[in-house]
Parts: sequence; structure tokens; C-alpha cells
Amino acid sequence: MVPLSWYLIFAAALFSLGLFGVLSRRNAVAILLGIELMLNAVNINLAAFWRYGNVMDMAGQVFAIIVFAVAAAEVSVGLALVISVYRRRNTVVADEIDMMKW
Amino acid sequence: MTGEQIVFLVVALFTLGSGFMVVTTRNLVHAALWLVSTLFGVAVTYAVLDAAFLAVVQVVVYIGAIAILFIFAVMLTRKDVRDQGPQMNKNWWFGALLAVMTFGGLYFLLQGWSGLSKTAAAIPAGFDAVAELGNELVSPAAYVLPFEVASVLLVAALVGAVYVAFNPRSGK
Repeated sequence: MVPLSWYLIFAAALFSLGLFGVLSRRNAVAILLGIELMLNAVNINLAAFWRYGNVMDMAGQVFAIIVFAVAAAEVSVGLALVISVYRRRNTVVADEIDMMKW
Repeated sequence: MTGEQIVFLVVALFTLGSGFMVVTTRNLVHAALWLVSTLFGVAVTYAVLDAAFLAVVQVVVYIGAIAILFIFAVMLTRKDVRDQGPQMNKNWWFGALLAVMTFGGLYFLLQGWSGLSKTAAAIPAGFDAVAELGNELVSPAAYVLPFEVASVLLVAALVGAVYVAFNPRSGK
């Protein structure tokens, strides 16, 4: 049987990879890819705690499903913003989208 | 080492390797395709955890919808896909340091927790997790309110996405 720690360390590593992507990539679409990795890492934790806690209590899986819905909403709005910015400014590099910086 | 542990290790290494490629590949179409294999690895992890419904939803929603949406977005912003110059910003080493420190901090926190080496109890005979999940999602005594709020959020987000991406100049 796999101990709980393996899942938690796996999720922590995946979360850190996503964090690195968010902080280091220049392309706005690549930053959203990093956010997806972080959301998946959180979901692994939720599913693992459901399985290793009380299986009768479905709160962990319900929470993971809500995270799915929020991730879909976040991606649709985020990519629409990127496409809109690309159309107006002709760039998707996050450093160059600085209209609100002065 | 039992068979389950070997399956877990193979899947975890595959997922982390794909995740590493997602954040380091230069070509964004390739990064989106690596994201598909990462998401598939996570779906297998759900299956190993006996969360069958989550595994199916992961494949249908994440791989079928979100990853495809990413590929569309990369193609619509095509000019910058192979843009010249570095794919990482100049502070990438700081991001890497912060990511390593986050992992180290989480690892350190986990080491101090007593429930860490816990193993899962067997699922009781006759317990159908998918049926129970469906009941709880629509039961007023459980999670019907978050469920409905999530659906309203999704509708609002999709309407907002259409509005934001609408091109007023072409009028379509």
C-alpha cells in the first residue's frame, strides 16, 4: 500500500513546478499553463486526503469537483483576456503588457 | 515493494517529467501537448486513489476541454509562438529558487506531521463512491448550494469570456 506521504510529496513537487512556470515564463499563455499544474497538485491532495481519511465523507471529492469548475472558468476568462490583449497590442509577453504601470 | 507502489512511482515520475517539460519547453504548442500528458498522469493517480469519477472528469474536462482550449489560444496568438529571445524572463533564477524553497518548506512541514505514514483503510464492501458522490452533490443536506454556485460561476465566466474576446472592429 502506498503511504499518504508519497502523494503529498508528489503534489508538492507538481505545485512547485507550476509555481516555477508562473514566476519564470514570459508568455502569458505559459503562465496560465503553470496555474493549471498548481490546481492539479491541489486536486491530488484533496483526493488523497479523501481516500486516506473517512471514505464515507465525500467532502474531498466534492471540493475537487468545485476546483474543476473554477479551473474551467479561470482558463476561459484568462485565455479570452490574452487573446483580447494580443489583438490590441500584438503581444502576449507579460512584461510588455504594462498599460497600467506608470 | 508492492505492485501498487511501483505503479505509483512510474506514474509520478512520468507526471513530474511531463510537468517539467511544460514549464521549460520553448515551443508553446509542445508545452500544451506536454500538459496533456501531465493531466493524463494525474488522471491515473486519481484512478489509483479509487476516485473513479474524478479520473473520468479529469480526462473529459481537463484533457478534452481545457488543454484543447490552450492549444487554440496558442494558435490564435501564433506570431509569438516561436518568438525570438528567451522564453524565461530575466528573473527566472529567482522563480526557480522560490519554487525549490516552496518544495523544501512543504517537505519540512510534512516531516513534522504525525499522520504522514498513514495507509488507507480498505473501502467498505458495497460502498459505491460514485453513487454517494452524486447523492451528496444534489442533496440539500450536503453540497447542493456550492454545486449550483459553481454552475452559475461557469455561466458567468463563459459569458464574460465571449464578451472579452469579442472583436468590436470586425463586428462579429
